[in-house]
Amino acid sequence: MKQSQNVVIKGTKDGLTLQLSDKCSYNELIAELTEKLDAVTKEGENALITVTVQTGNRYMTEEEKEELRQLIRQRRHLVVEDIKSNVLTIDEAVQWKEENEIVSYTGRIRSGQVLEVPGDLLLIGDVNPGGTVMAGGSIFIMGALKGMAHAGCYGNDEAVIAAGKMMPSQLRISNHLTRSPDRYDEEEITESECAFINEAQQLVIDRLQVLKYLRPDLSTFKGGF
Amino acid sequence: MGEAIVITSGKGGVGKTTTTANLGTALALQEKKVCLVDTDIGLRNLDVVMGLENRIIYDLVDVVEERCKTHQALVKDKRFNDLLYLLPAAQTTDKSAVTPEQMKKLVDELKQDYDYILIDCPAGIEQGYKNAVAGADRAIVVTTPEKSSVRDADRVIGLLEKEEGMAPPKLVVNRIRNHMVKEGDMLDVDEVAAHLSIELIGIVADDDEVIKSSHNGEPVAHNPNNRASIAYRNIARRILGESVPLQPLEQEKDTFFTKFKRFIGMGR
Repeated sequence: MKQSQNVVIKGTKDGLTLQLSDKCSYNELIAELTEKLDAVTKEGENALITVTVQTGNRYMTEEEKEELRQLIRQRRHLVVEDIKSNVLTIDEAVQWKEENEIVSYTGRIRSGQVLEVPGDLLLIGDVNPGGTVMAGGSIFIMGALKGMAHAGCYGNDEAVIAAGKMMPSQLRISNHLTRSPDRYDEEEITESECAFINEAQQLVIDRLQVLKYLRPDLSTFKGGF
Repeated sequence: MGEAIVITSGKGGVGKTTTTANLGTALALQEKKVCLVDTDIGLRNLDVVMGLENRIIYDLVDVVEERCKTHQALVKDKRFNDLLYLLPAAQTTDKSAVTPEQMKKLVDELKQDYDYILIDCPAGIEQGYKNAVAGADRAIVVTTPEKSSVRDADRVIGLLEKEEGMAPPKLVVNRIRNHMVKEGDMLDVDEVAAHLSIELIGIVADDDEVIKSSHNGEPVAHNPNNRASIAYRNIARRILGESVPLQPLEQEKDTFFTKFKRFIGMGR
């Protein structure tokens, strides 16, 4: 009976898919992969082919992934698009959770205080002038934003800032920045507003209602009502 | 067992020392035993405002370095019969001469003998502030209705709220100029209180008499008829737990003209 293969190469219309077995040792895998890739390369094609690697239930460290990429890239016409795996370390899972959860805080952010969260921030209270809120994701403020807010602070252009009363001293989203007008007329601000980066790569403030169309991913609710 | 109250503001020149002197005087007038502690080492002036400068023999640094007994350093206010004392700050060194631990020990010692310890905090949020706050059970934040002073008060309130075992700070809005508030050139009390969102314990009008009395070394709280004095006395009563309504700032006389305006529905 034929021994089951550790590396299966499949061709799809999007390029090649390499299915790597998670049952064998890493060294066996690399050896078999090298052999099979050599066989493919001999065909002497010149067009670039994208490769997606699936490692199944095998956990690969960053170094191993890099070695794998290196190995595939050596064959001139192959480009690694993605390495997919079914498994995560606990650290990665925690990080993933933190970056995707909404952290809420009740209270007032006073001058000189900095509130920073890795994911989205829900602030039930105000940000006073001189106070700062930062989030890796979006920032939602139930009260008045009079200080500084920085959404997507690790570089996420999709992040938004929403506030019940938008009168910030400064707004930042990812690496975009906008300064407030020198004066606010408090009576003029009657409704909730949001800030986002538009198609022209400008940070703009608009009515809250536009978010539904501009950032549909903000709704995590599934199903109908 | 007494209670230690720190009087702080963040910004300088808003009236911490004047407030300390007057609240101390007002509490002593209520028959409470009060000790004022000046923690502004190197820039002391609570003694000057109290008119006790020339009686100083030892100071705060002498006490913490055990060059004298605590009671030897206390300066008695002659205007009261054994009710009001001042522990002056040293003038020759700086804030680093004292640590927060030493201050806490000192304040705990004073709490045995006095009903109220009022700690006059220096401006800023560095060592001097940390010393002043170390032994305090409560805090009073003084601010004027100016943006800069409110901003600094906000910062200090943030720091005070992190302080363990400290009751939520109370607010005194000082030096209100009513005509400027009306013109919209100054924040009004409601705006300040809403912005800082802590309990308001008193409002004090800007009054020339306060400056005059500091100049003469006699706190204005001794004067029973002055509006600032009444405001300080009311704050003292609120510290004692009485519920005293806030005094309106206007002292507009009921002239015939205002009565007439009210009659025809123009006035308020």
